Amino acid sequence: MIYAQSPLAIGLFITFVCFVLGLSFYLARRTSSAEGYYAAGGNIHWFTNGVAFAGDYLSAASFLGICGMIATAGYDGWMYSIGYLAGWIVALFLVAEPMKRLGKYTFTDALDSKFNSKSIQLTAAISTLLVSVFYLIPQMVGAGVLVQPLLGLPHWVGVCIVGVVVTIIVATAGMASTTYVQFFKGALLLIMSTVVVVSVLVRGLSTEPVNNGMPYHDFKTMTASSTLELDDPRYTIVAGLDSTFGEAGFIKLAKDGKESIWQLNKADSGYTLEETLYVSEMPDGTKMYNGAEKQDGAFFPVGHIKELRMDGEEVAATGAVGPLAYLSALKDSTIVLWGKKYIMDGANKLTVYYQKPTPGSRVLRPGLKFKVDNATPTQTFNFVSLMLALFCGTAALPHILIRYYTVPSQAAARKSTIVAIASIGFFYILTLFLGMGAMTNGVINLTDNNMSAPLLALSFGVVLFAIISSLAFATVLGTVSGLIVAASGAVAHDLMDNFLGMNMSDAAKVRAGKIAAVVVGCIAIYLGIVFEGMNVSFLVGWAFAVAASANLPAILMLLFWKRTTGKGIAASIMVGLVTSLGLILISPDMWVRYGLLPQDAPISFNSPALISIPASILALVIVSLMTQKDVPMVASETAGA
Amino acid sequence: MGHGPAVKLDKDNASAYKTRLGVKMFVAYTIVYAIFVVINATNPKAMESIIMGQTAAVLWGFGLIALALVQAVIYNHLCTKAEANLNS
Repeated sequence: MIYAQSPLAIGLFITFVCFVLGLSFYLARRTSSAEGYYAAGGNIHWFTNGVAFAGDYLSAASFLGICGMIATAGYDGWMYSIGYLAGWIVALFLVAEPMKRLGKYTFTDALDSKFNSKSIQLTAAISTLLVSVFYLIPQMVGAGVLVQPLLGLPHWVGVCIVGVVVTIIVATAGMASTTYVQFFKGALLLIMSTVVVVSVLVRGLSTEPVNNGMPYHDFKTMTASSTLELDDPRYTIVAGLDSTFGEAGFIKLAKDGKESIWQLNKADSGYTLEETLYVSEMPDGTKMYNGAEKQDGAFFPVGHIKELRMDGEEVAATGAVGPLAYLSALKDSTIVLWGKKYIMDGANKLTVYYQKPTPGSRVLRPGLKFKVDNATPTQTFNFVSLMLALFCGTAALPHILIRYYTVPSQAAARKSTIVAIASIGFFYILTLFLGMGAMTNGVINLTDNNMSAPLLALSFGVVLFAIISSLAFATVLGTVSGLIVAASGAVAHDLMDNFLGMNMSDAAKVRAGKIAAVVVGCIAIYLGIVFEGMNVSFLVGWAFAVAASANLPAILMLLFWKRTTGKGIAASIMVGLVTSLGLILISPDMWVRYGLLPQDAPISFNSPALISIPASILALVIVSLMTQKDVPMVASETAGA
Repeated sequence: MGHGPAVKLDKDNASAYKTRLGVKMFVAYTIVYAIFVVINATNPKAMESIIMGQTAAVLWGFGLIALALVQAVIYNHLCTKAEANLNS
């Protein structure tokens, strides 16, 4: 699929970058103190902080990844939205106020508030760094994905632009500029996503998608006899039933010297053939899209309704509809989803995308991505474990937790969390309409569904595309800023100042934080380039699982179990980190990335939370009980104290 | 050691009450979320049944998001009231 660069999009992008840089330089004067740099002076208004929470949280994974997943897998993509939002309940009811009361700049401060333990300072800082880096990689990869259609530049340039801009933002003004960048980005994202959803509803549903005036590709169908005599004599068979294509349920045809691949469906008296899309990868890594170069545009965007029903009647278009009527019509209709199969064609590896007409009611319930129908125990374990990681991960993400230190009081921490829940909940409702809109408006790029939301905006014209793409880029900028602040705090405050006991002055702490931000920024740029092509939501899932396993048990047990000791917390963090990372590294998904067969992996599940969270809690309990003499004699600071 | 809040916080006499309230509301939401996950894992076809013109799955999704917001608003109201009573 190809994109034409829009001068408007480029102009908007440059304007936004200049705006955030100007804001950072303006706010730099507030950051001469450590409080100013790491916690924005602790005087951000709760409403501003709440929207900034949304800005921090609605990362590339939420905006690009979830919309893309809904566009291709329906309700299962929305399960991520539901799980992510549920995680904020943990943050509000259990973590928000105690974190504000116990901590100063980093979440390590809160964990270490009554122990002054070197082991906590070290393990919590390592955990913060690792979770932040795992979260940084998909954001940087997302930046690279976006920059190609937006500016027409290669992946590595996009990664470098984000890395350099964000490092300048953070190194100049720390948490103050990060907060205001997040506020503007969060607010704009909500407003513009609402505009796109309203546009989707006003357009309504149709069996002939409208895509910015471009006609939707007419995917052809033909019939063949049981001996494969085609009803269109212009086509000749290149690879038939006895080939690798035939074994996979396809045949390869040629017409006027151009080859195409067709899906074979058994019919009463022979076969029905349906046109597919395919990508062929040569041994040297060169890729052809539907038998042509990428820029030839032969690989068409997809997504359409086969049979549209509204109020029990079959119709060609619904016209403008309300949100509930929109979902109701989709539920009664038949939507064409796309499956994927791999076929070896000589030395070339082919990825064939074929049509899968699916009832809307099936699309709007779980099971297309997650194996929950007639699932094996392992598949059920995998699903439950993922939902547990999403639920527990939010309240343990370091870049989210440090935002509690930017407000002046515990009540402000609570109120800002509620604003975050309202903003993020509203956005996640919008993701369902954005994803389903992309699914039915002929805009999905099957080779990269991350671009579904911006391409849905493009179907309404280049202006909306320009704004949404710039916002998507801003989404990456904002989230990366927060992560780099969290990581630089872990290095300068937790490791250098506390763990190594360097006793730095206020100015030295700020200087160390800025240097750490530059170093972490460089690492992020490097990793963003190395991990090109990796699924944006994949590593975010890692980050959630690791954070939920390493950080949350320690936070909750510190708050709610009076016998918790410093050594118990350190053990919990290490066991959570090692168990979750270890299980991820030997999971079937990782086996595929090592170039091995997933069935050969030592374990058969991908999501580790259901094992690593209990293991982390168990480690804390056992070690704490063994080290009770270490419990401070002073009154314990528990959640209720 | 450099811990403690970045800004000076007043003593909060409502802290214990808010913690108890938070735990209760957390447990209530967690039970609903757990039921949602268990239904999806064990009987996903039930989520395809039509209720008020929508699939049960869509209603559950909207319901969980709305429940989070409603609980959050109630929690804030009760906490604010307790702070006003106990910290005055």
